[in-house]
Amino acid sequence: MSRKILVFGEQRGGALKKPTMECVGLAKSLGDAEVIVIGSGISGVAETLAGTGVPVHAADDASLEYPSPELYVSAIQAAVDATGADVVLFSASAMGRDLAPRIAARNGAGFVSECLSLEADGDGFKARKSMYGGKAFAQVSVKSGAKLVATIKPGAYPAAETAGGGAVQPLSWSAPDNVGATVTAVEQIASDRPDLGEADTIVAGGRGLKEAEHFKLVEDVAAPLGAAVGASRAIVDAGWVPHHYQVGQTGTTVSPKLYIAMGISGAIQHLAGMRTSGCIVAVNKDPEAPIFKVADYGIVGDVFEVAPLLAEELKKATS
Amino acid sequence: MKIAVLVKQVPSSEAKIRIGADGKSIDTAEVEWVVNPYDEFAMEAALQAKEKFSGEVTVIGLGGDKVEEALRQCLALGADKAMVLRDAAFEGSDSLGVARALTAAVKEVGPDVVFCGKLGIDHDNSAVGVMVAELMGWPHASVVSSLEFNDESSATVVREIEGGSETLSVKLPAVLAANKGLNEPRYANLKGIMMAKKKPMDVKDAAALGIDAGTVGAAGAMTTTESMQPPAERSAGRLIDGDPQQQVTELVRLLKDEAKVL
Ligand SMILES: Cc1cc2nc3c(=O)[nH]c(=O)nc-3n(C[C@H](O)[C@H](O)[C@H](O)COP(=O)(O)OP(=O)(O)OC[C@H]3O[C@@H](n4cnc5c(N)ncnc54)[C@H](O)[C@@H]3O)c2cc1C
Ligand SMILES: Nc1ncnc2c1ncn2[C@@H]1O[C@H](COP(=O)(O)O)[C@@H](O)[C@H]1O
Repeated sequence: MSRKILVFGEQRGGALKKPTMECVGLAKSLGDAEVIVIGSGISGVAETLAGTGVPVHAADDASLEYPSPELYVSAIQAAVDATGADVVLFSASAMGRDLAPRIAARNGAGFVSECLSLEADGDGFKARKSMYGGKAFAQVSVKSGAKLVATIKPGAYPAAETAGGGAVQPLSWSAPDNVGATVTAVEQIASDRPDLGEADTIVAGGRGLKEAEHFKLVEDVAAPLGAAVGASRAIVDAGWVPHHYQVGQTGTTVSPKLYIAMGISGAIQHLAGMRTSGCIVAVNKDPEAPIFKVADYGIVGDVFEVAPLLAEELKKATS
Repeated sequence: MKIAVLVKQVPSSEAKIRIGADGKSIDTAEVEWVVNPYDEFAMEAALQAKEKFSGEVTVIGLGGDKVEEALRQCLALGADKAMVLRDAAFEGSDSLGVARALTAAVKEVGPDVVFCGKLGIDHDNSAVGVMVAELMGWPHASVVSSLEFNDESSATVVREIEGGSETLSVKLPAVLAANKGLNEPRYANLKGIMMAKKKPMDVKDAAALGIDAGTVGAAGAMTTTESMQPPAERSAGRLIDGDPQQQVTELVRLLKDEAKVL
């Protein structure tokens, strides 16, 4: 059975989001892939996507600068209708998670979120996802012949390669009459660190850092690695770092190649969110800290002594 | 103002999760059940809205017998009424099935605003609240970390995105999915707990809500959990000896040569 797959091409401010390319790669392996990209002044993004060899539908309009959910959903639906897609893929990002459930409900489709893998299974699909914040994994089947909407965890698939041959065409679409929720502003805190959910390397800090200003130690270790920074809930609750830094069952579940925990005890909720990382390093002065039960390499020591030395050694090793 | 809150009961975040004998669900024998942590923020937002505009808060939960405990806790916090959705026909529902049933309940309540959590910490779906908005034909805002009502018909909300935030202007009625940080949930006091015992708890089945049983439960589900596995066991690795400089030098060497992650 040849499937038609539509990928939601996510961009912000004219910059393509990297996990979209991973969704395109997956879509090409599942069937005939096409992409819908929505925004204002997005011809560059559309061309980049077309460079993977798939047809790209572009809804480019000043009213679409910000991702107001009902506007974006109506444009995506127009693309679903135009392409006859039976599968729609989003990345499991703030935007994807916001829009995908509406598309699923509008189309009476099966919905699987945060897929770690997605494969065809006869005329249906099977997907793997994490549950209970990482304390369990589930194999989910999608009924034979059912439509499917899925969000794909960043990093689960390699990015699509450049192939050439794709063309960009404007989407014929008209805005719905009543839009109830309008995004009026987007604030992006300038950061040269990658997003937690997409990063290959994460350096995270906890209450062992003692005070908010010492979080700098974590940032200094992250810098030479080009790593994202994360945190335990204890220091998020204490207001040292923003909420979106939180790693764990009620924060972001991450699975980077390298996770360095500094001054984090390793509570069950924290471990749930990072225990599938490739390599785990822990720095903690208490040899009994539970984090050492999952760490590949542990340093029993004072983070105030170890972190500056580690930042220095990593700078040497990576330069 | 009429306010509804969607409340799910989930295993506590402290619960150790074991796979059950059927291999596709969890062993619930020793699990402590709690109100989904994000629904606590939704509940608090509802109570604050009621304090601001006066009105009525109805909590709605779909699930088995124990859901009543969760809803009773919400009544103790200050909700006025609870509605339990329970029917054999709901068993095996996927997110859309749950959303369809909850939508029928929301229609019955007729609220000006619906609060829910951004995510159930059980299946990590982040789906049901937004689906209810779609099925109602209402706007929604998800991952809401700040909320200001302009009046009883509109609100300004801030939602969290990667490394930043979006500000939305939202016309009511709408579904607002609460994130941590939206507020500080209150605790129930003894008086609230006593009063909760006398508050109404309506149990409704599919027929009472006018739901076609074929659209919910296993009959309407497009997705099924076939099996569950525990995460791969990790064994404790090695502690690196020496003074801090030696430890760090050795760590960097291991990361490079052994783990090959640098
Ligand atoms: C509903 C709920 C959900 C939760 N969700 C999450 C979640 O998603 N993520 C999360 O992280 N937590 C979560 N928690 C909280 C969790 O239970 C722990 O409280 C939290 O993870 C502890 O953070 P911590 O390790 O930074 O602090 P602590 O447990 O206080 O640990 C600090 C560690 O630092 C070490 N230390 C102290 N001084 C030094 C030093 N000078 N050098 C080196 N080490 C030092 C100590 O030995 C200790 O091990 C949740 C809790 C609840 C109730
Ligand atoms: N069975 C249910 N009963 C009531 N509310 C629910 C139920 N399932 C989900 N919800 C609501 O939808 C939100 C998101 O849940 P989920 O889609 O399961 O991650 C939850 O935080 C609840 O507010």
